[in-house]
Amino acid sequence: MSNNKDSMLFNITPFLFGGLFLLGLVAPFMAYPVLVMKILCFGLFACAFNLLLGFAGLLSFGHAAFLGTAGYICGIMVRDVGVTPEVGILAGTLAAGALGWVFGVLAIRRTGIYFAMITLALSQMVYFLVLQWKVTGGEDGLQGVPRGHLFGIVDLSNTLSMYYLVFAVFCLGFFIIHRTVNSPFGQILKAIRENEPRAISLGYDVAKFKLMAFVISASLAGMAGATKTLVFQLASLTDVHWHMSGEVVLMTLLGGLGTILGPLVGAGTIVALQSELADTVGSWVTVIMGVIFVLCVLLFRRGIVGEIQALVKRAGIH
Amino acid sequence: MSNKKLTTLACTAAFAMMSAGAQAQISGNVVKIGVLTDLSGTYSDLSGSGAVLATQMAIDDFIAKEKPGFKIEMVSADHQNKADIASTKAREWFDREGVDTATELVTTSVALAVMKVAKEKDKIALMSGPASTPITNEECNDVTVHYTYDTYALANGTAKAVTQQGGKTWFFLTADYAFGQSLEAQSSAVVTANGGKVLGSVRHPFPGSDFSSFLLKAQASGAQVIGLANAGADTANSIKQAAEFGITPKQSLAGLLMFITDVHSLGLKPTQGMYLTTGFYWDRNEETRAWSKRFFAKQKKMPTMVQAGQYSSVYHYLLAVKAAGTDDTKKVMAMMKKTPINDFFAKNGRIREDGRMIHDMYLVQVKKPSESQYPWDYYTVKATIPADEAFQPLSQSKCPLVKK
Repeated sequence: MSNNKDSMLFNITPFLFGGLFLLGLVAPFMAYPVLVMKILCFGLFACAFNLLLGFAGLLSFGHAAFLGTAGYICGIMVRDVGVTPEVGILAGTLAAGALGWVFGVLAIRRTGIYFAMITLALSQMVYFLVLQWKVTGGEDGLQGVPRGHLFGIVDLSNTLSMYYLVFAVFCLGFFIIHRTVNSPFGQILKAIRENEPRAISLGYDVAKFKLMAFVISASLAGMAGATKTLVFQLASLTDVHWHMSGEVVLMTLLGGLGTILGPLVGAGTIVALQSELADTVGSWVTVIMGVIFVLCVLLFRRGIVGEIQALVKRAGIH
Repeated sequence: MSNKKLTTLACTAAFAMMSAGAQAQISGNVVKIGVLTDLSGTYSDLSGSGAVLATQMAIDDFIAKEKPGFKIEMVSADHQNKADIASTKAREWFDREGVDTATELVTTSVALAVMKVAKEKDKIALMSGPASTPITNEECNDVTVHYTYDTYALANGTAKAVTQQGGKTWFFLTADYAFGQSLEAQSSAVVTANGGKVLGSVRHPFPGSDFSSFLLKAQASGAQVIGLANAGADTANSIKQAAEFGITPKQSLAGLLMFITDVHSLGLKPTQGMYLTTGFYWDRNEETRAWSKRFFAKQKKMPTMVQAGQYSSVYHYLLAVKAAGTDDTKKVMAMMKKTPINDFFAKNGRIREDGRMIHDMYLVQVKKPSESQYPWDYYTVKATIPADEAFQPLSQSKCPLVKK
């Protein structure tokens, strides 16, 4: 199946990514920068999630724990310990990675629905911890995180400098995902997704690969969460709530499961809708989200990017 | 004086006058009010579209009565109870849409996030919906007004009045997180200070659905009053289940954070006899009735204290803008704090330096179904709690703006 598609994608990919990169550079002048930053943060979060679901076939229902934990850790480090923002992001990412390792070790022993339930249960534990602990501020959230100075020099309270930091973080994360997917490691993940017993019989230590994918995904989700905290200067219970774990599934499915750009498109659509609809339709936001999800599942199961890819492919063949 | 010097002087004078003129004006001759509320979630009943309506009513009434020389516009948005959505929206309003004040802001995490954005952008935050005391304590700032109520006023009002009226022994049913615990701690202190006794407490997980074992403990304690240190659906469920266990007629419940919409949706049967504190009751006097009936005509529901407070706070804000002749944050805030509030909602209300608006609160008891004569006839007002006693005294305030 993939020969045709891969060769064609190989041709257009550099142009597509180059174009998107340029778009990212000028975006803050065309759209509201805070909204674009939010889209990038959630885009990275969804891409990280997609690495696990789309490429390794593992449905984690606890990714909010990584997003939130990293957000809180970054917030605490920057606000209370007083480190610079890049150290905060790094600390958040590492914390999420470590948490991902713990989740992974426990969860990958099971597959399918049990895997999902274990991740959900563990993330609920994180939720309760955040809710109860004084340092995280319970239901008030962690408020008033200063953006600080990047490397002690660049003042991030300037919206543009903040934007380019977020953009850089996103590009780094996206690059890591892209590299991971297109490496031998990524090929093995896909092999595991397609036929796990066969991968085992070929001599691969499947558990190890799954765990590795889980840790990478968790770390990158954490990177998104830590950056998000700096953008909004707060971390709240929303970030660790299971709704967030569900929302990222929706973003990924809507954009296109297992496509490299899909999650970004999905996240952009959902975040933009949430923000724009908030003004215009008020209480209908949740209903509209639900309808979109249903339509997506019924009519275009491959997601926005998946459908476009399929269209391009069909056009290419005929 | 040389000609050149004269020109410079004239220019300087003109420039100075221009800037003075700009300060005393209203940006774009439009005052824009943003209503950031929960239109779809848990709190949509007590604030939500009713709060948007109340704002519109305030604007319409203000234009009709005061005939201001400036235009007034309103925008509203659903923050979906998410602090990040609220903070993005508020930022966007202040940055791009020229909004002068973000109002309502139910849910504490939202309120805290928006008041920080408002401070950063030098705009005003008028809060009617949120309940938490940190808004006017640790987190306070000089651009925020906390208008309608807070947990201190509700818990203290209820605990004190109930204890003084003979409810001497208490047992608390507490939601096991910071909010519930602080509510319990605040109320326990009041009960003890007024000669009552706290027999014990039990903590239930948040959010909870099955309260049976906790309620049985409360029943076994033999306390006269069971204090509900929880909120929203938890309160509603514990009230329902207390009625099912036959606890309520013998022991009475005290809701430490309840709204008239909670009583409306639960019905009078399980809630009868409950004590609670409110900042507003529609059926209290002619004035409140007149306003509430106008509200009811459009919303088909009687207003909660949050919605009534929303009207009052917006009206007070607009009066201050008119009196100050500018929408400059500092001047409007100074005017708002200087002017006492006198309308159907509050008599001689005033805004303290920590941002807390203080006004009389009311201790009410929920009527028996047989006593209720007409729709929404739910409360008997038992006592008026004077403004100075209702809210946390400034001497206890942790707000850095309060000079001691």
